[in-house]
Amino acid sequence: MTQQSNEWDLVIEPKKKLLSIDFAEIWRYRDLYKQYVKRDIVTVYKQTIFGPLWFFFSPIFTTIMYMFVFNTLAGISTGDIPPAVFYMSGNILWGYFAACFSTGQNAFLSNQGVFSKVYFPRLVAPLSGITSSFIKTMIQILPLVFIYGYYVSQGVPLHFTWEALLLPVIILLIAMMGLGIGLIVSSLTVKYRDLNNLVAFGLQLWMYATPVIYPVDITSNPKLSMVLKLNPLQSVFTDCRYMITGMGCMDWTGLLYTAIFTITILFLGVIVFNRQERTFMDTI
Amino acid sequence: MNNNIAISFEHVSKLYRLGVVGTGTLSQDIHRWWVRDVLKKGDPYLKIGQTNDRSTKGDSDIVYALQDITFDVEKGDVVGIVGKNGAGKSTLLKLLSRITAPSTGCIRAHGRIASLLEVGTGFHPELTGRENIYMNGSIMGMTKHEIDRKIDEIVNFAGIERYIDTPVKRYSSGMTVRLGFSVAAHLEPDILVVDEVLAVGDAEFQRKAIGKMKDVSQGGGRTVLFVSHNMTAVKSLCHKGVLLENGMLKEIGNTDDIVAHYLRQGNAIDNYRRWDEPEIKKEGFELLEIGVRAKGGDWNKTMRVDNETELIIRYRITEPYEAIHLTFHMKNEQGQKIFSFSSGKQVNSKHTKGTYEQIYTLPANFFNWGNYSLDLFVVSQSRAFIIEEDIVSFTLSNRELAIGSWMGKEPGDITPHFPCTETKME
Repeated sequence: MTQQSNEWDLVIEPKKKLLSIDFAEIWRYRDLYKQYVKRDIVTVYKQTIFGPLWFFFSPIFTTIMYMFVFNTLAGISTGDIPPAVFYMSGNILWGYFAACFSTGQNAFLSNQGVFSKVYFPRLVAPLSGITSSFIKTMIQILPLVFIYGYYVSQGVPLHFTWEALLLPVIILLIAMMGLGIGLIVSSLTVKYRDLNNLVAFGLQLWMYATPVIYPVDITSNPKLSMVLKLNPLQSVFTDCRYMITGMGCMDWTGLLYTAIFTITILFLGVIVFNRQERTFMDTI
Repeated sequence: MNNNIAISFEHVSKLYRLGVVGTGTLSQDIHRWWVRDVLKKGDPYLKIGQTNDRSTKGDSDIVYALQDITFDVEKGDVVGIVGKNGAGKSTLLKLLSRITAPSTGCIRAHGRIASLLEVGTGFHPELTGRENIYMNGSIMGMTKHEIDRKIDEIVNFAGIERYIDTPVKRYSSGMTVRLGFSVAAHLEPDILVVDEVLAVGDAEFQRKAIGKMKDVSQGGGRTVLFVSHNMTAVKSLCHKGVLLENGMLKEIGNTDDIVAHYLRQGNAIDNYRRWDEPEIKKEGFELLEIGVRAKGGDWNKTMRVDNETELIIRYRITEPYEAIHLTFHMKNEQGQKIFSFSSGKQVNSKHTKGTYEQIYTLPANFFNWGNYSLDLFVVSQSRAFIIEEDIVSFTLSNRELAIGSWMGKEPGDITPHFPCTETKME
């Protein structure tokens, strides 16, 4: 009997194992993945005058706003790093994290229509989401490159360190962490919508706990700085800034902590996503 | 295992929780998790499930949308799945399309399944027709290479060449459907699952769509599962039928039998009524029996628009009347009155004590197909002293049509065949 049942191409059963991702199937749907990525990028600027330029505007305006509010008004120092470079790099990193988080969080809700009519490996949707966010982020780096170049030409001693080779790993960590947490949250919000209200608030709180708008050495209180170190995003931000400016220092233990945290959280996220995907249509 | 089997359903059940998901579900979830995952017993809520009959109020808020479905579909079979609303047809397709998982049981299949629960899934209004073909095609499981190869054919079949590089949001709804169906029609699955999508589009396109379905099912020896309320389409496309009732498999067999039984399901209750102890009685008039049937047939026979139909009413007069007559109002599906007819001057209005029978013959080739109901008025001296709304209702099904002809419904409630002559002038 067992031998015979192997001959079936498809077996639909009530419950699956905790972690059973059919990578071969996802690979078969790679064209769909590309289509989704393309759609996400292209539809942003359809029927707009400035088109793809909009990708630049958002980080530039946010940076100007941060410079005015936090640097000029509140007087928070950005250390040796010029404020424009500091805020823009922080903003881009946080923006990517938030985008990945929201991809994970809305994995079911925003694809409800398609998920309720057609089967394809559900993981394709969030995977393409983090990819298109990645491409958008890459486009947003361009203004940073200009500002960076401007400061270098003005004689500010900005330089890349050898650790900058690790930048792709850092970006990947951000994507995985955002997605993992988002997926865990999504599996809860599908059923209990109350959480959506908390999540928006929590995300904002998290941003202020992350060195997006202030440098990590803003506090000299050792207890407070220990608490801030628990935030897995902290090392990512400080290390990233060190890599591209050569100012500050590398936090290797922090990075290791972040890596372990991220892998665990993504693993959990995929497990809950897997559990959810077969029956979420009944509860959504 | 029989190698000819394309799909096999084994004791498949699906439970749904009725009512609002929210308060109370958390405690149920915890209870379920405790019993099922910690104590390793069965799901505690599976036991209290009951038959899914939406018209009766159950004492449990968990129902079976499908219950213990077991049947096989052979390769190359074209199977029509019929049943009333809520019988479980869509749930069955959803399980097979892997939209949602069964609660118990197992479905096994050979080959690639494509399900058409909707046409144009994933269309993005801002993308052009061409971009959407790629989008929708990939969602349905086609590779880019496959779509590249077929794109001209797809555009051609949809008949929207002029608009192919225009965003879909500028399309009429008909054009969107054409494009969606066209993509779907060019899938090459081993098993095709179709849900009622043929009910859309204009006459010309429906003809094309049915023709294409026919090609698909006959040409490549593909297996097709087809859910529809359009009995004519089911009859002409499918050679096997599955009748579902309240989530259970009622019958499986050849299409003609299944369709006949399905149509009778709706009829049996309504098109014939009789009272041993009259309930409708007033001022010396007692209604004994009333019914509508195919002329000369029995009460269960399917009524078709191209056959004569008869209305039979039997009543008893217990006090003599100088003048009494019956009037009927014919109503369509929406409850609008179409026309009235009456025994009027055709019979003697003076009635002595006794039992009477009236037979009205409704002409063939007069009504459009659909559901109709009758209101009864018993009138004496210009006064209706008995008014019974919807005393009987009946279904007229469509005449048998040639394959490939238009399956849609003409507008209006009557489609009379008026005598018509034609002469060639020169």
